[in-house]
Amino acid sequence: MTTGSFADWAGTIADIGPVYPFVGSEGFLVIAGLVFWIAWHVSQLKKEAATMKEEDDYYQSGGS
Amino acid sequence: MSDQLSAFVVLFTEFYYWLTVVLMFLIHVGFCMYEVGASRRKNHLNTLMKNTMLIPLVTITFFFFGWWIYFAFPNGPGILGGLVESPHAVPWSELMGAHMGAGADGWERINGVFWAAFLLFSWTAASIVSGSVIERIQSGAFWILAVAIGSVFWIIDASWGWHSAGWMVQLLGYHDAYASGVIHAIAGGFALGILAVLGPRIGKFAADGTPRNINPRNPWMVTIGLFLIYTGFWGFYVACNIPIWDIQAGDEIFYSATNIYLAPTTLSAITFNFLMSLAGGLLAGYWVSKGDAFWTYSSGLAGIIAASAGNDLYHPIQAMFIAIVGVIVMYKLHYYVERRFKIDDAVGAVAVHGYAGFFGVVVAGFMLWGYPSSPDPTYATINPFGQFVGALIMFGLLGFLPGWIIAKILNAAGILRIPRSIEIAGLDSRAQSLIDAEEQAIIDAERQNS
Repeated sequence: MTTGSFADWAGTIADIGPVYPFVGSEGFLVIAGLVFWIAWHVSQLKKEAATMKEEDDYYQSGGS
Repeated sequence: MSDQLSAFVVLFTEFYYWLTVVLMFLIHVGFCMYEVGASRRKNHLNTLMKNTMLIPLVTITFFFFGWWIYFAFPNGPGILGGLVESPHAVPWSELMGAHMGAGADGWERINGVFWAAFLLFSWTAASIVSGSVIERIQSGAFWILAVAIGSVFWIIDASWGWHSAGWMVQLLGYHDAYASGVIHAIAGGFALGILAVLGPRIGKFAADGTPRNINPRNPWMVTIGLFLIYTGFWGFYVACNIPIWDIQAGDEIFYSATNIYLAPTTLSAITFNFLMSLAGGLLAGYWVSKGDAFWTYSSGLAGIIAASAGNDLYHPIQAMFIAIVGVIVMYKLHYYVERRFKIDDAVGAVAVHGYAGFFGVVVAGFMLWGYPSSPDPTYATINPFGQFVGALIMFGLLGFLPGWIIAKILNAAGILRIPRSIEIAGLDSRAQSLIDAEEQAIIDAERQNS
């Protein structure tokens, strides 16, 4: 059992090609990465908006 | 890589770019120190995190689409043809990962380090913008803008004007060997577009419109930051070259370093000119600012930027004088724009990068008039008109305009600028007061126990 696309280094090295595991999953990885990237921005913007509101309310109510 | 010579060329090139990436990392250490040093104490941590987090965001987006843009867009598309196929640069390519090279023509070794060298330029473009907007922009808005300049707009301009087959090189004879326009003018223009929407920091201008100086909080951090940026700039220059290339037309062979357009140059040439333009910038900056440390250091950078477009070909003394004039122009223009348009460029980034870069591109058109822009004799030669149009594209079309439009959209969404109350108190103040309260609670509890 191997997650790679080759079993050993004994053959012609140049024929091995990609050496990372799960060759063939690249398209899925790109989609997952793009979703993560957009989700990070959305989540961060929400958190920052909440922080801004909380701090603004604090200062408006006389906090210093 | 079955023979020793081709193996040497590929492996040396791989190591060469890897080394430039490590050197260029210092640019970002420098930018972080510089920005924090320039900000006020109440904003230090926010300023640091705003700059730091552009690094991962631009990195992943440059992997997802920035790298592909460079190879796909040399024709415009729509000016000289359509999108160019670039199978090694799409993010799902097997060559965008560890690979042993079956039929990859060396890309299995070069792709990662070449991608990283361009990526470090991308960080630089975004980091240039970061300094100018400190102390009043929302971090989330800035990071969207950072991705736009770092992984989209600068790499479009690189594909157009900093690629051996870019349409600007072919039609305009555009020459910008060390990126006066391709990195610096575009980033400066982008920053100016944002600043026009964002507005000045509270207190920057008096009620009658007179500008006030908000001086750097920590001049020592600014100093070390700029020295680190100079150091990283060496790596940037070296990364703009291809280290070994057969430049001889026909069957003969002549190996040389080349610039990005595959035209011959040497590391000696750019070392002469890097140092002489740095020297010219420092001398002019000290003189024009009457010994102001902040502007003197920044002018060293601006001097290099002003000469960078032609620093593969200039005589070192030419590079020095171009740097001197470029620094005086950018310094005067900074204060004119500040007074006239009430633009608060907190670290002078628009001037140091934008105006000096624009100047550098235009001057190269006169200094190198008639020089070949490429080894391909069918390309237009370098000329003042082509360089001027090129500078307008870099600073205006791909810099100022997108920066202004995206900032307008973010502003309309209410996420561009922090609330006034927070700006006055400081971005770190609330979090710091909570930290202080927690610390005090521990102290009080321990005193009661003792």
